[in-house]
Amino acid sequence: MSNGLILLENIMQSLLTSLLIGGIYGLLCVGLGMIFSVMRVINFAQGEFMMLGMYAALFAFSGLGLGALLGTWTGLVASALFAGVAMYVVGAILHAALLVRVTGSRVAGTEGDGHYPQLTLTLGLSLVLANGGLILFGSSPHTIQTSLSSSAWEIGPLIGEDVYLFLNQARSLSFLTTIVVAVAVALFIRHTRMGKILRAAADNAAAATYMGIDVSRAHRFAFGLGSAITGLAGGLLAASYPFQPYVGIEFVVIMYAGVVLGGMGSIKGAFWGGVVIGFVQQMSNLVLPSQLQNTAIFIVFLLVMLLRPQGLFGRTTDRA
Amino acid sequence: MRRPTSIQGGVARSVLLLLGCTALYLLAAALTSNSYFLLIMTLVPIWATVGVSWNIFSGYSGLLSFGHAAFFGIGAYTVAVLFAQYGISPWLGIPLAGVAGGAAGLLIGLPTFRLRGVYFSLAMLAYPLAMLYVFEWLGLQEIALPLMRENPAAYMQFQDYRIYIALAVALLLTALAINLAIARSRFGLTLLAIKQNELAAEAAGIDPFRWKLRALVISGAFAGVAGGLYAVVLVVVTPHSVFGMLVSAQALIFTMFGGVGWIAGPVVGALVLLPLGELFTATLGASLPGIQGVIYGCAIILVVLMAPEGVMPWLASRMGGKIAPMPSASSPSTAMHAAPAAPGPLPAFGPAGDDLLVVRGLSRRFGGLQAVQDVTFTVRRHEILGIIGPNGAGKTTMFNLLNGIIEPSSGSVMFEGRELTGLRPWQVCRLGVGRTFQVVRAFSRLTVLENVKIGALTSEPNSALAQQRALDALALTGMSAQADALAANLPAVQLRLMEVARALASRPRLLLLDEVLAGLGKAEVDRVFQVLVDIKNAGITIVIIEHTMHAMVRLADRLLVLDQGKVLYVGQPEAVTSDPTVIEAYLGKKWARHVEN
Repeated sequence: MSNGLILLENIMQSLLTSLLIGGIYGLLCVGLGMIFSVMRVINFAQGEFMMLGMYAALFAFSGLGLGALLGTWTGLVASALFAGVAMYVVGAILHAALLVRVTGSRVAGTEGDGHYPQLTLTLGLSLVLANGGLILFGSSPHTIQTSLSSSAWEIGPLIGEDVYLFLNQARSLSFLTTIVVAVAVALFIRHTRMGKILRAAADNAAAATYMGIDVSRAHRFAFGLGSAITGLAGGLLAASYPFQPYVGIEFVVIMYAGVVLGGMGSIKGAFWGGVVIGFVQQMSNLVLPSQLQNTAIFIVFLLVMLLRPQGLFGRTTDRA
Repeated sequence: MRRPTSIQGGVARSVLLLLGCTALYLLAAALTSNSYFLLIMTLVPIWATVGVSWNIFSGYSGLLSFGHAAFFGIGAYTVAVLFAQYGISPWLGIPLAGVAGGAAGLLIGLPTFRLRGVYFSLAMLAYPLAMLYVFEWLGLQEIALPLMRENPAAYMQFQDYRIYIALAVALLLTALAINLAIARSRFGLTLLAIKQNELAAEAAGIDPFRWKLRALVISGAFAGVAGGLYAVVLVVVTPHSVFGMLVSAQALIFTMFGGVGWIAGPVVGALVLLPLGELFTATLGASLPGIQGVIYGCAIILVVLMAPEGVMPWLASRMGGKIAPMPSASSPSTAMHAAPAAPGPLPAFGPAGDDLLVVRGLSRRFGGLQAVQDVTFTVRRHEILGIIGPNGAGKTTMFNLLNGIIEPSSGSVMFEGRELTGLRPWQVCRLGVGRTFQVVRAFSRLTVLENVKIGALTSEPNSALAQQRALDALALTGMSAQADALAANLPAVQLRLMEVARALASRPRLLLLDEVLAGLGKAEVDRVFQVLVDIKNAGITIVIIEHTMHAMVRLADRLLVLDQGKVLYVGQPEAVTSDPTVIEAYLGKKWARHVEN
């Protein structure tokens, strides 16, 4: 096989992988984007929500035995959904106990609209969750062990005799689930009453209050839903990515990058931003050593912030 | 931030308190022999220094840095790499770590200060994390400082751990002294002004970018030195231990715990939290790894919820001022003792009547809206030019074009023969054009005198002379009696006059006043009127925007009427009321016909 064909195969394989990874990153970002666009809160602890989702899915799959009960395929999806539901509860409780004190009408009109207390509070939350996770779960890495994570579908031969592409089965399953969930979230926001309430609260919290909307309740729902989406995406990722309690910090910057790239305030943008970040990360493999994968993401993140802070798809120009 | 009236005495007391605490601390170290306790006692001043470094930048500029690990890590690696790979002693390496940290501050600040608020914070987060992976990739996962058996002291290696404690305490004291010097100088006052109202600071002649950059360089240098000493004390450097999230978080948490903007804040935070975290790690660390992070996390959550300003201000308010606060900013006011001078020496003037400001074809478009179109007029030296026009006529937009807040789409603005378009507001201010804002932009947590002094400092770097200028400006506006009042507590008319005084203090030759009379009662209007006449008599040219024609006819030498971004009329105030186009703009076509008939 010629060098050119090997390169072509590598590029095509990377494109395919980046699509699968990008889908999950997109969903991770939708969780953070949901919280930001509705509440204007930058949640530092979103990476830890993902981490908790991963452990919740692991617990559901092995501990509750969903894997044995439903079979590998359904079990994985059910475990991720379980993680989503669990994280909804966690998110709603955290909002009621902590976040509500530094968000919403309490901080409207204060210095910087309360962004700094929110960032600091969620930073504290992130430290507690990551280190608390270390105490509870230990530091050794886990994955949800299935046959799927090591098996792949073979596509090809595509060009000539030699070019084959591989589709990892666990990642493919995660990707398909991601797409279904993302579409469901989009339909929910567009067509349901609660979706309208969320959009109203996001657009103008004060005006929404005057229209009889309980903004605090809408915020709690949004925070729960955002936590659930990221937790669910984490649950899906857990099937192919080894994780430990400190995994959140690696991913929180990925999520920030995706949300900023998509334009802060746009949930749809957050999804596509995440897809682009997955793409950048995988394609950087072609030219950079794998240790520098995350550095590539940070550099893209910084470049986007510096050159186009309203994001690639964003319409908000407000960045004061 | 508490601001006691007798700051001089407060500072002397605080310095004594600090020296006393230092002596006690060193005494305690001398009496300790347990090596684990001694290590903790070394780490406390090192982390307190990182906190002070963070405070010098974030406490003053108001920009929260989530990335101070970048400077700390670079300092640590500078010392470790120089020593382990090139045999250079930490005695030289640690100062170089400071240089490296300062350089990192410069390189990071240059691009990142384009971002505001939380966007800046998020970007700062990315730097140390990116460096972490780069250092791993470079093969620097773990660098151990070699043990020198011969002449260890030349390589900062001591049998007696207490020498490290003395070094760390000396570093902390240096950082505190620098912090105090900044707080009591123009530097601190300027940074506070930027923090409280960046646009107003810029209009008062301050270049925010340059000052923030200076603060970040100093801050980065101290974090770098602290990182270097940390490397020497711990002997082994890994990317995670010096670039990790916990490093940035500790700097922020210790400072916020003690009190942001309080000089002693980070010291208190480190003194309480670090031993607490270590104590739990020592006793429970084996069964509960990560307990330290949980404690720091809980501490910062509690602080945000219960004492958002930090523990020190909280305690100070509880104990009714028994704790001597060390406010970061202080500029001792001598307002009451200085003679309220008559309008001070003023800049040289050209002959009356020549053209001071020449505006030609000035236009600005916002999307489809032509906010200002093809505006041409001149301002003559020593006159008061009134600009009137209905809501949305483009009056404030034109001021923003004149002083550089927004750039014109086309046209030129010549001030004393110099082109102003393309300049930043602070540059325009320094050339001699002062302005006030339609909605007063005060530095609300500073006193009236400090507010005005900030205006003076841009053209008079000497603090005492700037103070005198500020007092002169206050005298000219009749605000001398309020010099020591907090801006936040002023009624509307005094706030307006303070802003006028702030603009005057920069010794402008042209003053742009945006609706200084709006919302004032009749007596107040008369008071401001008199001030404006005095300013004019002192030789300063005024362009004033007003909503109501009534007031303008009395005050202005000439009037310019704007409507829908265009000049309707320029000329004598008496004639304007009979100009049909002006009447039409104000009262509608029907009235215009009525007047004609």
